[in-house]
Amino acid sequence: MSATTHDHAHDHKPSFFVRWLCSTNHKDIGTLYLSFAVIGGVVGGILSEVMRAQLNFPGSHIVTDGQQWNTIITSHGLLMIFFSVMPALIGGFGNWFVPLMIGAPDMAFPRLNNISFWLLPPAFCLIITGLIMGESGSGWTLYPPLSNATYETGLGMDCTLFSLHLAGASSLLGAINFITTIFNMRAPGMTLHKMPLFVWSILVTAFLLLLSIPVLAGAVTMLICDRNFGTAFFDPTGGGDPVLFQHLFWFFGHPEVYIMIVPGFGIISHVISTFSRKPIFGYLGMAYAMVAIGVIGFVVWAHHMFVSGIDVDTRAYFMAATLVIAVPTGIKIFSWIATMWGGSIELKTPMLWAIGFLFVFTIGGVTGVVLANAGIDQIVHNTYYVVAHFHYVLSLGAVFSIFAGFYYWIGKMSGHQYPEFWGKVHFWLTFIGVNLTFFPQHFLGLSGMPRRYPDYPAAFAGWNFVSSIGAYIGGVALIVFLYVLFRTFTSKEHVADNYWGEGATTLEWSVSSPPPFHTFAELPRIR
Amino acid sequence: MSRYRRLFAALIMLLAVPAGVALAQEVAAPRPWEIGMQPAFGPLKQQQIELHNLVLVIITLITLFVGALLVWVMWRYNAKRNPVPTRTSHNTVIEIAWTVIPVLILVVMAIPSFRLVYYEDRTRDAELTIKVTGHQWYWEYTYPDNNNIDFTSYLIPDDQLKPGQRRLLEVDNELVVPVGKNIRVLQTSTDVIHSWFIPALGVQRYAIPGRTIETWFKVDRPGVIYGQCNQICGTNHSRMPIVVRAVPEQEFNAWLIEAKTKFSDAGQQTRQLAAAEVRR
Repeated sequence: MSATTHDHAHDHKPSFFVRWLCSTNHKDIGTLYLSFAVIGGVVGGILSEVMRAQLNFPGSHIVTDGQQWNTIITSHGLLMIFFSVMPALIGGFGNWFVPLMIGAPDMAFPRLNNISFWLLPPAFCLIITGLIMGESGSGWTLYPPLSNATYETGLGMDCTLFSLHLAGASSLLGAINFITTIFNMRAPGMTLHKMPLFVWSILVTAFLLLLSIPVLAGAVTMLICDRNFGTAFFDPTGGGDPVLFQHLFWFFGHPEVYIMIVPGFGIISHVISTFSRKPIFGYLGMAYAMVAIGVIGFVVWAHHMFVSGIDVDTRAYFMAATLVIAVPTGIKIFSWIATMWGGSIELKTPMLWAIGFLFVFTIGGVTGVVLANAGIDQIVHNTYYVVAHFHYVLSLGAVFSIFAGFYYWIGKMSGHQYPEFWGKVHFWLTFIGVNLTFFPQHFLGLSGMPRRYPDYPAAFAGWNFVSSIGAYIGGVALIVFLYVLFRTFTSKEHVADNYWGEGATTLEWSVSSPPPFHTFAELPRIR
Repeated sequence: MSRYRRLFAALIMLLAVPAGVALAQEVAAPRPWEIGMQPAFGPLKQQQIELHNLVLVIITLITLFVGALLVWVMWRYNAKRNPVPTRTSHNTVIEIAWTVIPVLILVVMAIPSFRLVYYEDRTRDAELTIKVTGHQWYWEYTYPDNNNIDFTSYLIPDDQLKPGQRRLLEVDNELVVPVGKNIRVLQTSTDVIHSWFIPALGVQRYAIPGRTIETWFKVDRPGVIYGQCNQICGTNHSRMPIVVRAVPEQEFNAWLIEAKTKFSDAGQQTRQLAAAEVRR
């Protein structure tokens, strides 16, 4: 472990242009991904605020055109998924910390890593084009016929579809890179069963990407052909089938939601273990629970289609399979609590986010159990109950894990520590804001408010008003986060190698903060 | 300024709606500040509410249990109170327990849930069949058992609402059905996917072009029941509500006779229109 201290002698950083535009260094590419995720998140967040301002009162008073509205909701969903959560968790933290945690000098394919990142900015431009043209009003699920050329005539829809192709290619190359790196470049002595849980989580995520993204690519290609080249894969007047698209989309779409949350599981494990000063409870159970969630995640897709007219036996199967997911998820929640049990807990900012994660993820998880019941889903499918559910697991769950990771590792990545007070302010504002935003949406959904509505009957006004207030508080919290960023990067203080102390045991804490440009020129040995 | 006026108007509406319920007919519509499901107007929804009540109790207890554990560990195992952490990282008994107990809870939940899925699916002895066709942006209702009575159901725009009517929920022609009968619903669409969704009846299915999807419902008592399109279908997705008027059987038969003359021309027109759309 002391080997790395000699690295400074080889620490030749290339010039700005070569370093940031032609980068093959996993840390620099990780930084690029994280910066990109902040931009994507801010744009997606602005769209959220526009939507909540619109829904503050009944009567379309901000976005008066329904098509414009539909484009905004489509872009919000795709931006947050493909251009914020995924780049932050997989591209950002994955790139930064997978090689460091397994003691590898870099990723297996550094140039592939570069192209993985640089496919994203053009994809981002394409999706923004679709947004500005106002022509991608199909919802992020892209269901034809609404997304075909008859009902979405403009080029904007094609831009959105091509954007998904590019983002998908980016993820796929990234997944190949991670799998190769994790299987081949672990330091001597680091068996799979000694691997840190964050690396496990990225490995599971990479397999999910590898197996699901090609299905999305196929579906999107067929849709593009339907739109432009006269095929009729999904067009009933030509013998095609709109429900086929739903199957293909959700075969990708369901693993996709685990792609967004599983890396978060990894981060939360490290944060909780560090701030409880205890090793993670039930390590193998934790690792294989993620594997189980990944495997089952591939056989539950049609629970998104309970009212699409699929056969009743099919519905019964998908309901049963979906309920099973609650078991490995429960194992994870309880193992995290057991890790804290008997620990010596310090409630620093990353730990606040991690405990917040456990709470909101539990709420999102149990409402998922409600939705899994096909009988109940018949009446809450596509309502705000679903919106509340997936925002509790993603907008709260995945985003809380991103912030936990940010506060945990920002000192390591930048060499400067965040301001503790403002980090806590950021947490509490976000926690209050998002709960106020999304909890009342359960009520709206049970009461029957459909999602993707720019305007609603007066009876829904009350809880929508509360929800919008919560969103404004969440918006203030985002500004506080930008202030935290500013304070962190203008700080003069430099942090030690392992600024969290004895609780932080993984390899990234053995190198300096920030780590040298090239780490592990001499491989560390794991007992 | 106008925003405050609108807010004020909305508040007045919130207060006024309960008063409006005093009308002759029972109404099933969303209510202000509602925190649970709309009350049942038929057996499907009744059973959904019963299962949901069971599941809600279970999930609330789980959430409170997890929340309580979190608060306890934060308090009891705080660094100040417990400066020396244990090194425990395994306990086989407890690990088996938190795997097996959730499985048992799920089994308890799954038994009534499977029963409900099969109950909801379709009716064996339909006493009336209704065909529902989704269009951008209105519904078309056909009664194949009754001379193919066929009519369209459009939203009443804001400027034509009568006092006491519900904005974005009222339609020009309601779907009229008899009380206490098993009603088979056949759904399709002529353009994009819509979803026929009536919360108080517990019924929802997509209307998908090129497919006919069957489901069913039954209404317990006379009344007016509101629903809305629930699958994104373009610009006016929020502007194609559903209104079902459930009436006693004699009243329904009387309505059939009236409807036969009232909609004879209109029905012809819409069918031709729909046929033209399909050809296009």
